[in-house]
Amino acid sequence: MIKVMKLVNYFFIATAILVMAACGGKNKSNASLAGAGATFPLPYYTLAFKTYQDAHQTEVTYGGIGSGGGIRSLKDKVVDFAASDAFLSDADMKKMPAVVHVPTCMGAVVLAYKLKDVKSLKLTGDIVADIYMGKITKWNDQRISSINPNVALPNKSIVPVYRSDGSGTTFVFSDYLSKISPSWKSSIGSGKSLKWPVGIASKGNPGVSGTVSQTEGAIGYVGSEYAFAQKIAYAQLKNAAGKFITPSLQSISAAATGDMPKDTRCMITNSPASDAYPISCFTWLLIYKDQKYGSRTLGQATSTVKLLNWILSDEAQKLTAKVNYAPLPKKVIDNAEAQLKTVTYGSTPLLK
Amino acid sequence: MRQENISDLFFRRALFVASIFILLICAGMVYAMVSGSWAGLSKFGFFHFFFSSTWDPTLGHEQYGALSFIVGTLLTSVLALGFCLPFSLSVALFIGEYFKGKKVANVISSVIDLLAGIPSIVYGLWGFYTLRPLMQGWGLSEQGFGILTASLVLSIMIIPYAASLSAEFIRMVPRQLKEGAYSLGATHFEVVRSVMFPASGSGIFASYVLALGRALGETMAVTMLIGNTNDLPTSLTATGNTMASIIANQFGEADGLKLSSLIALGLMLFLITAVINFIGKMIMKKFTV
Repeated sequence: MIKVMKLVNYFFIATAILVMAACGGKNKSNASLAGAGATFPLPYYTLAFKTYQDAHQTEVTYGGIGSGGGIRSLKDKVVDFAASDAFLSDADMKKMPAVVHVPTCMGAVVLAYKLKDVKSLKLTGDIVADIYMGKITKWNDQRISSINPNVALPNKSIVPVYRSDGSGTTFVFSDYLSKISPSWKSSIGSGKSLKWPVGIASKGNPGVSGTVSQTEGAIGYVGSEYAFAQKIAYAQLKNAAGKFITPSLQSISAAATGDMPKDTRCMITNSPASDAYPISCFTWLLIYKDQKYGSRTLGQATSTVKLLNWILSDEAQKLTAKVNYAPLPKKVIDNAEAQLKTVTYGSTPLLK
Repeated sequence: MRQENISDLFFRRALFVASIFILLICAGMVYAMVSGSWAGLSKFGFFHFFFSSTWDPTLGHEQYGALSFIVGTLLTSVLALGFCLPFSLSVALFIGEYFKGKKVANVISSVIDLLAGIPSIVYGLWGFYTLRPLMQGWGLSEQGFGILTASLVLSIMIIPYAASLSAEFIRMVPRQLKEGAYSLGATHFEVVRSVMFPASGSGIFASYVLALGRALGETMAVTMLIGNTNDLPTSLTATGNTMASIIANQFGEADGLKLSSLIALGLMLFLITAVINFIGKMIMKKFTV
């Protein structure tokens, strides 16, 4: 009986806190922004927007509905900003009013594997492509063992695991393999979901990493933010400079050095930088270049641009590592800030 | 008197509106599915879509066909029904006839009802962490995923639907009928076989149709265990996919032709379920006459 009373008490306290939080939120904030899109950066956005909301009295809500859904919402003008793991193609850009891309953080796709006594594993893009095309089927294949001379690889079948749902992770992974392997490019290609010749599929990063960690001999590609948090075994990958690179926040950021386009729209897979992890990627927030559309007020437009500008600040970029994302390099931030400065309300620029 | 008539009229109207509302919702769903799937079906053709087993989302040469998923759905559901039949029937007999009204029957019947309340994700996790290693251990399949694993878990999920309804119908068999048979010298088993089953047959059949309907539409547990490969399954232990599972998996990031094809798959699932229900009703009618 006492226990029940205690539970009831807790319930009332929790409700009271919720009500206070809800009212408090309303009193404090003087603007509210809404965004929707990619699920890959969702943990980072949740943390960053919460931090921003507390410090700047601007309520920011974000719905992780997938990149495609985010862009649709921006087209329908029901959100202030969209989030996407893939930048808009030139053809897509022509179909809508001018859009500005602002990169927010970086991630990567890592190759998780499960082999009982194998502590470290080196792979190349070619080998990974051939595993997923069914051309390499055993772990002790000569091509794998020749680059792992000190590792006792078992005579075990490789079980490739891929994503059963459409995903930006699959897109980045297949984009990389298309760059590395001509036969991958011609037979499978790149996209958010593909026609896979071999392997089994699981839903989401948790599904793939769960299946890999429960299946001896499995290999799977997993978003770095998830893999780092789970501490599962993942392979080193040979980059374009010929070095074997362990995926880490540093090696992911290193992929975005060198020639970066001014509008920030580029894939950085197979980066030529010598310390770069080869399957790294950006994720973007998208807004209209002319913020004066529909019934948008100047205040709403200003708040949107301020939020995006804050995402590029040191304060926000420092938060990335807390949730296992890599921060943007200085040069990319400069490009992104220059892009933000082109955003206007009518003819007046919003950021000086 | 007059007062009563008005309230009666009002009640009748309310019932009428409520029934029409259900009809409207159903018609709206059919309309939404047909119009949503139009782009895909008109591009591939209804029969080609139905009988093609290619599912290729690669941009440039997109090709969508439903056959792999239809086969996967029917295989898992029918297998599950087969696995669940002996268990659910014996449980139904146990609680509906042999131990009718006894304490142990009440306990078992509430445990069975409890099974129906377990969320499907829990069944999926149990299948993933417990059943799958067993399948690997028995050497049935190398990675443990596949049609068979999914059907086994599905069969446990549908046992409560089949068992508790069947038990209800078995319990409802008139006592006079059974006592008449006993008085003619029939044994307990003979009574079950030649009096009880014929008398409650259509009800028991209906409960299995309901269970099959549940198996056809199950998504979460299946998607965790079937392997999600979009090809025709080559054997019972091979991986595959079902209609509900691919829709749930692919809907989020789909657009254009693919979205339309997924909606078309939904339409097919709807049609298949409708046909199965229809056949079920026909057979039930035959039984009762």
